[in-house]
Amino acid sequence: MTIRDSESYDRPPLGHASYWTTIVAEVTSGWPDDVYAELEAAGIRQVSYVPDAGHSRLIQRCQANPAMRTVSLTTEEEGVAMGLGAWLGGDRHVLLMQSSGVGNTINMLAAPIEMRVPLLMLVTMRGEWAEFNPWQLPMGQGTRAALESVGTLVYPVDQPAEIAPTVGAAAHMAFNTGRAVAVLIGQRAIGAKNWNK
Amino acid sequence: MASVNTLHTSASPMLRRGLVEAILARRGDALVVTGLGTTCYDVFSVGDNPLNFYNWAGMGGAAMVACGLALAQPARRVLCITGDGEMLMGLGSLATIACEKPANLSIVVMDNEHYVETGMQGTHTGRGVDLAGIARAAGFPVATCIAEADAFPAALEAIYGPGPVFVNIKVSPAQPPMTLPMRDGPYIRSRFRDALLGPAVAHPVMLPASKPQ
Repeated sequence: MTIRDSESYDRPPLGHASYWTTIVAEVTSGWPDDVYAELEAAGIRQVSYVPDAGHSRLIQRCQANPAMRTVSLTTEEEGVAMGLGAWLGGDRHVLLMQSSGVGNTINMLAAPIEMRVPLLMLVTMRGEWAEFNPWQLPMGQGTRAALESVGTLVYPVDQPAEIAPTVGAAAHMAFNTGRAVAVLIGQRAIGAKNWNK
Repeated sequence: MASVNTLHTSASPMLRRGLVEAILARRGDALVVTGLGTTCYDVFSVGDNPLNFYNWAGMGGAAMVACGLALAQPARRVLCITGDGEMLMGLGSLATIACEKPANLSIVVMDNEHYVETGMQGTHTGRGVDLAGIARAAGFPVATCIAEADAFPAALEAIYGPGPVFVNIKVSPAQPPMTLPMRDGPYIRSRFRDALLGPAVAHPVMLPASKPQ
């Protein structure tokens, strides 16, 4: 993967058609594969997600594993509830989402947090590094505070090499201590998008 | 009771408690997830069971808790017994569940057309919103609404038939005496997992590392 320095990334001309049509980022480095390996090692059996470009490779890897049930959600709070049910039934679950979706989860987090049920969440960030869309900023800037405000443990990570080890540590924390844990995968690590491609 | 019934827009005279009791009388080893409020108290009031998950938070999440549980335990029937207000808050989950089609999942909505606990405000189901119709349109192979006692035996068969099942039952908003279950989340969690998975899984011990000879 080409991790572009945000200082040098090609900004698209506003209004150019490809600005919107090439919105799916190409995440081609090894880190999604390494994250997948951590999830597999942690014994994850249920993967729920609201798609994000930064998670696309990871979702594909999980879908290819018959031992993992991947579930597409209509909204992120469904995944919080689903993760609670999975744990009651003996399955380990991970919720994949974009930072904008964190806002949809807050009230539902009360249940796993009050019950001390493990909940692992992997959040790809928007609105916090080299963002082009100002409408992403309110939730992107508030993601960590919102999660922490209800008692979620939050691990931000900006270096690609640190993402998988952080996911492994977060899974360990969640499933061994019964906590809601979120890894925030920074926009800087995901790689800037070349909207003109 | 009379004052309650003046607020009752449904023609149904059915009382909820006996219906919940009749549904759970057939549960066998089924796993039960309640909604918030009245359905939670209904399920506890007709008989406590370690395999009941009493829901005290996260309105709109009951069906998805049941979905996660159903996917984890495909050999067990999972019953979600919730209310119309709670189900209305999680309509998207009907789409998600309809896509996943867990054959062991049944969702039963005790639809009294009111938010009883908050002062008897009307819900959308009293103004024409058809939850079973929404479930059917989402793709539930079995989705029905009953409003009369004569239809209950067939609904009961459906609830324990191939899923995913969605059954909406129109009931009176009259509130029977409520007994509230325990509220200690970790206790509810551990009791459930002990009963379902066994203590070795629910509470694993750490054995001493074997020493090299």
